[in-house]
Amino acid sequence: MAFDLQFAPILAHTPALLDAFWLTLKLSFGAVFLGCALGLLASTARIMLPRYSRWLVDLYVETIRNTPLLVQLYIIFFALPVVGIRLSAVYAGLLALTINLGAYSTEIFRAGIESIHRSQIEAGMSLSLTRWQVFMHIMLKPAVARIWPSLVSQIILTMLGSSICSFISVQEISGEAYTIQSLTYRSFEIYIVASLMYLALSLLLKGMLTVLGHYLFTPRRQRRTWWPAGTAQKRISS
Amino acid sequence: MIRPFGMQEFLFLIESAGWTLLLTLIASILGGVLALGLAIARVSVHIVLKEVARLYISVIQGIPVLMVLFLSYYGLAQAGLDLPPVIAASVALSIYASAYLGDIWRGAIQSVHRQQWEASASLALTRMQQYRYVILPQSVKIALPPTVGFLVQLVKNTSIVSIVSVIELTRAGQLVNNVTFEPFKVFIIVALIYLAICYPMSRASRYLEGKSRVYRNG
Repeated sequence: MAFDLQFAPILAHTPALLDAFWLTLKLSFGAVFLGCALGLLASTARIMLPRYSRWLVDLYVETIRNTPLLVQLYIIFFALPVVGIRLSAVYAGLLALTINLGAYSTEIFRAGIESIHRSQIEAGMSLSLTRWQVFMHIMLKPAVARIWPSLVSQIILTMLGSSICSFISVQEISGEAYTIQSLTYRSFEIYIVASLMYLALSLLLKGMLTVLGHYLFTPRRQRRTWWPAGTAQKRISS
Repeated sequence: MIRPFGMQEFLFLIESAGWTLLLTLIASILGGVLALGLAIARVSVHIVLKEVARLYISVIQGIPVLMVLFLSYYGLAQAGLDLPPVIAASVALSIYASAYLGDIWRGAIQSVHRQQWEASASLALTRMQQYRYVILPQSVKIALPPTVGFLVQLVKNTSIVSIVSVIELTRAGQLVNNVTFEPFKVFIIVALIYLAICYPMSRASRYLEGKSRVYRNG
């Protein structure tokens, strides 16, 4: 097993790789914002609207969660044009990722909202908060604080899932890597570089979202460090 | 030549779903063996072993399955091993599964109470016996629901190996679509077959989760 790695031919393609990195970033951010909004909307609809909305949301969540992202992408990209809806590859990818994250985040938000005890809501009502205030401050904020770690991992999975868009020739990191390997024939090297880009992106995303969660959900007086203290403590005690 | 979507095409899809299941089975067995080692390394007292396992898990969890697939496909080729795509696909899926299962099982092992370790140590059990008779039987109960849940992810992610032309369900769908030009029908049926495989597993995972919660409370 003699590996002969040459990264020089790949360096020539740096601008293209940076463009691809940027596209992955845009796709992921778009999908994360839209997907989380969709999830929030669907999980709220599930508890707020009449009964039948519940099984509609459940149907959406279960169908999406139990079929591969790739097949969802194929349905959007290849099958929707048959009924007259034609999307470019990038938008088809964005739509698929959004719908996919929407289903997962619905389930995550639902778990969070269900974990809020009834008595909390009753206490809020008795303080004559409006329905909206009760929902925002007593149900939603503590719910999101509680499920933040699983939301963060789901967001990272969505970012990694954006690699699947290369199947319909979107030139994000994986797609560009495929193009470069067909130009340079240095396939192993290019995929190492692409993997490192994904790795950097997921570590960055995880760090940023963890700090963001710390700022959003820790009361200011308890916020001593910029980095959530709990993680470091846990690491020492384990 | 355009063919209508008929019984023959449908049977071809069903047959390919067998490959999807076979790939899942291979990846869960090979990945599972690797994952057990990783999980035990993660909770071991050897700092090097622990850190290597941690690094492996965070690297594999930080890159897409697609990259794992390409790296093993082209990496093995570069190493002079010209293996058929099915082998590369199985290797990639096993590596992918090992990182996630390893992490799930580490959590399960760590959630067994400290006192169980201490009690079994005080009974002069060796490290091996502690795992065999005390720790693992308890962790299995905790690990089962998330493991089944992860297997659903694994079944779905086998769809990615269609890119190295392993004819599993998704690739079969593409092939059938190429001759029938009925993408709507074909991919909806493919999605329904996946649903038929994954939905019972998801339900089982949820059922087990409910059961273990009752168990822990009671």
